[in-house]
Amino acid sequence: MTAYSTNEFRSGLKVLLEGEPCSILQNEFVKPGKGQAFNRVRFRNLKSGRVWERTFKSGESIEAADVMDLDMQYLYTDGEFWHFMRTDGSYEQVAANRAAVATAKDWLKEEDVLSVTLWNDDPISVTPPNFVELEVSETDPGMRGDTAQGGSKPAELSTGAVIKVPLFVEVGDVIRVDTRNGEYVGRSKD
Amino acid sequence: MARDFFREKNVLEVQTAILARYGVTEPTISSFRTDSGHYLQTSPEFQMKRLLAAGAPSIYQICPAFRQGEEGRNHNPEFVILEWYRLGFDSLQLMHEVAELVDLILGSGEYHYLTVGHLLETEFDVDVHRDSDLRLAEVARDQGLDGIVGRSDGVDFLVATALRRLPSERVFITKFPVDQAALAKTEVEGKEVVADRFELVIHGIEVANGYHELTDADELQRRMDADNREREDSGLPILGRDPFLLASMREGLPACAGVAVGLDRLLALAGDHDSLSEVMAFPFDRV
Repeated sequence: MTAYSTNEFRSGLKVLLEGEPCSILQNEFVKPGKGQAFNRVRFRNLKSGRVWERTFKSGESIEAADVMDLDMQYLYTDGEFWHFMRTDGSYEQVAANRAAVATAKDWLKEEDVLSVTLWNDDPISVTPPNFVELEVSETDPGMRGDTAQGGSKPAELSTGAVIKVPLFVEVGDVIRVDTRNGEYVGRSKD
Repeated sequence: MARDFFREKNVLEVQTAILARYGVTEPTISSFRTDSGHYLQTSPEFQMKRLLAAGAPSIYQICPAFRQGEEGRNHNPEFVILEWYRLGFDSLQLMHEVAELVDLILGSGEYHYLTVGHLLETEFDVDVHRDSDLRLAEVARDQGLDGIVGRSDGVDFLVATALRRLPSERVFITKFPVDQAALAKTEVEGKEVVADRFELVIHGIEVANGYHELTDADELQRRMDADNREREDSGLPILGRDPFLLASMREGLPACAGVAVGLDRLLALAGDHDSLSEVMAFPFDRV
């Protein structure tokens, strides 16, 4: 069992906190001139995405978490699990449950390569690329020529996600979306 | 700027040795030790007090100080201390002088005064002098402190946490619990015995630490021994009591108040910098 001491803490380090895998976001050394030194640490819980703040006396240790980020290709979903394959030539597959793909599933397009976080070899979260290109499957008829700013309408994409698009976008258009905020970026050039 | 300030007040500039045979016994301060068994100073306090005991007038010094393992946004293992001693001053007089100097460097501002007891009572509903160890540890834990928590850890942590939420920019924190007296006198405040110590906190950062100085050599020796017992309990090296300082104190340290200012921190605040490394030409990770 590996453990890290507070003086090894740095951002990106993966540790176990209350049995949950976390990534260190920020580590601040705090010391009153005449007192105990502390490390005030911000963690992201890799399963829930929540940010935790904890303080440790300097010199204490916490257990390391066996966490890896791997590039994997999205294959398909059977409704219960989402299946991904390693891109290192091993063709090894993993199945992620709904919780792990919670934020990513709106942006998963078959064959896309994205980052899968594994904890003890189990997928716990999936991070889509910052931008994805998806086809519009349903939206109100486009209004040609109306390229002025201001107007928008809802559109459903091939993955089922619904986002706001400009009025001129039509069914069948392939559009570019920023997955971090779910915003329309533009129409695909191809 | 600081030199002009002290010249006008007739405070004499001095220089003392940086490398010495005896280090500070405080368990929370870790000195750098050389192969020869000497220590780099963590503050110029001991020798400046020896000068005062030998008859020096009010004195000041700007010098490097070293503390092992203290590295972060507001810490660098080598840093610059501005330390001065005023004969006949009490804490309040010295706080006013610190404020004068800080005004000179940061521009004038308002200063608030808060006791540690009041600070923790308003923030956490804790009585720092009377509540049990258990209760203090519990409150510290509630506020996000992990691991095994002792009384003084809990208090240190709660103070550090409260300092982030201070209502105003420049605050003198005063009247510390006796177990954090270090080299300050103790005094009776209402029903409590407190340490006559203060810290100046600016934007949540400790900038100065001052004492109404302890002049009783026997009490100093008791505190050094208590430090060493605590060191032993925590598996830290035992440090010899500085016999030169003790002898000087026995000769007689005149009544005085002294303060150390972290000059690098003050400069960082003056320039609105987030980190000490921005005001140091050679921060620790680049030397």
